[in-house]
Amino acid sequence: MTWMIQLVFVAVVAVPIYFLIRRIKQIRRNILLGKDLDRSDRSGDRWKAMMLIAFGQKKMFKKPIPAFLHLLIYVGFLVINLEVLEFLIDGLFGTHRIFAPYLGAFYNVAMNIFECLALGVLISCIAFLIRRNVIKVSRFTKPEMKGWPAMDGNLILIIECVLMMAILKMNAADQVLQSRGVAGYVDTGHLMISSLMIPIFEHFSDGFLIFTERAAWWFHIIGIFTFAVYVTYSKHLHIFLAFPNTYYSNLAPKGKIQNMDAVTKEVKSMLGMPVEGGSEPPTEVGTFGAKDASDLSWKSLMEAYSCTECGRCTTECPANQTGKLLSPRKIMMDTRDRIEEIGAGQGEGKSLLGDFITKEEINACTSCNACTEACPINIDPLSIILEMKRYVAMEESGSPASWNSMFSNIETNFAPWKFSPTDRFNWAQDLNDKN
Amino acid sequence: MSETIKAPTVAELQAKGETPEILFWVGCAGSFDDRYKRVTVAFTTILNKLNVNFAVLGPEESCTGDPARRAGNEFLFQMQAMANIQLLDMYQVKKIVTACPHCFNTLKNEYPDLGGNYEVIHHTTFLQELLDEGKLKVSGGSFKGQKITYHDSCYLGRANDIYEAPRNVLKALDADLVEMKRCKTKGLCCGAGGGQMFKDAESGDKEINVERTEEALDTGAKVIASGCPFCMTMLSDGVKNKEKEVEVQVKDIAELINDAMN
Ligand code: SF4
Ligand code: SF4
Repeated sequence: MTWMIQLVFVAVVAVPIYFLIRRIKQIRRNILLGKDLDRSDRSGDRWKAMMLIAFGQKKMFKKPIPAFLHLLIYVGFLVINLEVLEFLIDGLFGTHRIFAPYLGAFYNVAMNIFECLALGVLISCIAFLIRRNVIKVSRFTKPEMKGWPAMDGNLILIIECVLMMAILKMNAADQVLQSRGVAGYVDTGHLMISSLMIPIFEHFSDGFLIFTERAAWWFHIIGIFTFAVYVTYSKHLHIFLAFPNTYYSNLAPKGKIQNMDAVTKEVKSMLGMPVEGGSEPPTEVGTFGAKDASDLSWKSLMEAYSCTECGRCTTECPANQTGKLLSPRKIMMDTRDRIEEIGAGQGEGKSLLGDFITKEEINACTSCNACTEACPINIDPLSIILEMKRYVAMEESGSPASWNSMFSNIETNFAPWKFSPTDRFNWAQDLNDKN
Repeated sequence: MSETIKAPTVAELQAKGETPEILFWVGCAGSFDDRYKRVTVAFTTILNKLNVNFAVLGPEESCTGDPARRAGNEFLFQMQAMANIQLLDMYQVKKIVTACPHCFNTLKNEYPDLGGNYEVIHHTTFLQELLDEGKLKVSGGSFKGQKITYHDSCYLGRANDIYEAPRNVLKALDADLVEMKRCKTKGLCCGAGGGQMFKDAESGDKEINVERTEEALDTGAKVIASGCPFCMTMLSDGVKNKEKEVEVQVKDIAELINDAMN
């Protein structure tokens, strides 16, 4: 009999793992549709950025209350997954609480830690649900959050609540069974949180309790694996991608714009300067800037998948604050939606710029870096905006008219304004004449 | 004042066989904008008073290309940058000081990729260094105890992590430095960066500079200090918009220091 249950267990675990691997490969492929960008330098600084920002949650603590609640969920996630290890071993070998005899008294300590964290996660998720749906924190109610994104946010929180409740319920039933000396239910010692539910379970028969305990166990393990697959389709992907994403952070000063080497080559040959790599014919130049998601760098695409849709960027964005269309969060969400579409071979004839993001949005950006500063995982919406501005300026000559005249002023007068270059030194004339 | 104030050009000095220690990069706003020309003169005056060995490029200076790059025109930016680098290298420039955070950022962070390597400092950092070394001495005078609020330029602050130098310089004035609600890393843009200076804003509920000016006025400060020509224009317009130009002044840090030195 147990071997059949073990077999079912293997199947139940294998199916989601199959889908998970398939989805991970798909995401990887989509990210690699992006253009090259070298982020292989300074590995020491990169590890540091990852440890501080992803692992250490450094940037979250700009807002202490959500940071604390988020920390509970995060630590809960990391630690409770240790318990899942026991679930897996028990499931595979048909055992029950395999670690208990080996760990002795420590098993009780560990279980109590898990329970406290489970309670912490539960409380945090409820608080977050209230913030989203009752208090309606403004960053969760922006136009780009309508529909699926709002639903996604709520679903994650609800699923986590349900999973945590399953653990507690399982432990409560288990403790009653232990107290009755039912075979196979090893002594875990007193469990602080779930024992509060014992008075409810005490009235039930052994059979019903075993059923309840098993049901909660299966629910939890199936839930976790299904959730893992769901996560890859959701903004919750940040729990994994935050790590590589911060590792590959932009380490240059925020004000520095990435040089376009293809342009440097052309400019040098126009000016008759020696071009590195000799006189070899220019390797295909490709498009300047980005019209579509696949014209962006792989890092921008990774960022699109890492975005938590928390909206901290949008809250800080001066354009958004003053009612303009631009929302850096929407830029990230659109990029993700579009690269998903491209990856799935859909949406031919569409492009990121135009069908998802409008010129009105990108033109409103002041390059102030408030968004990149605000993002808890170092996402850089500005680089996507800039790439699209480059496309518009260099491929379409479609910049706003006043920018085009600024360009021609620089070209002819060497200043963005229409002044004669010979007047440039006038400010000093008075000084120098006087003396 | 009896001392002579001069703005020598590098070419002039070279003709005499001299090279300046420092190049003062004036920038387009500092050269052409009537209001910012006064900042250029104020900073030149400080340099003269402190006997700093400096020169300017004068008529040979040209736009760094910053607004073109940020509006997407990489070609134009690189053309400008290459020409400027050729000029700076010809004059063997090593150290540049500038009163424009946009020029500062571009010269410091972006020119190296195109072969232009210089030590670049913003005038507020330069002033702080002079204060620290004891070369620059100011007595608060008319600013003593006066409420001053400092507006962080995005291109100094978030772009280059320069938050303290301008504040330290202001503190030397013995002024009462008050912070706006959004300051330092959370500072609100004046609305002019990224080429916005050169076009109308997209439609919205409000102009960014008005929003920022309201915040500055809320502090009750009579002086709004800035270290950037774009911020100065945007905030001055904001103050006019609120009809407060009689009570509240927008001043560059160099102007405040120059005033306090008299
Ligand atoms: S850089 Fe652009 S998108 Fe980011 S906060 Fe500033 S204006 Fe908004
Ligand atoms: S880009 Fe960063 S700050 Fe903006 S919504 Fe995504 S995770 Fe949040």
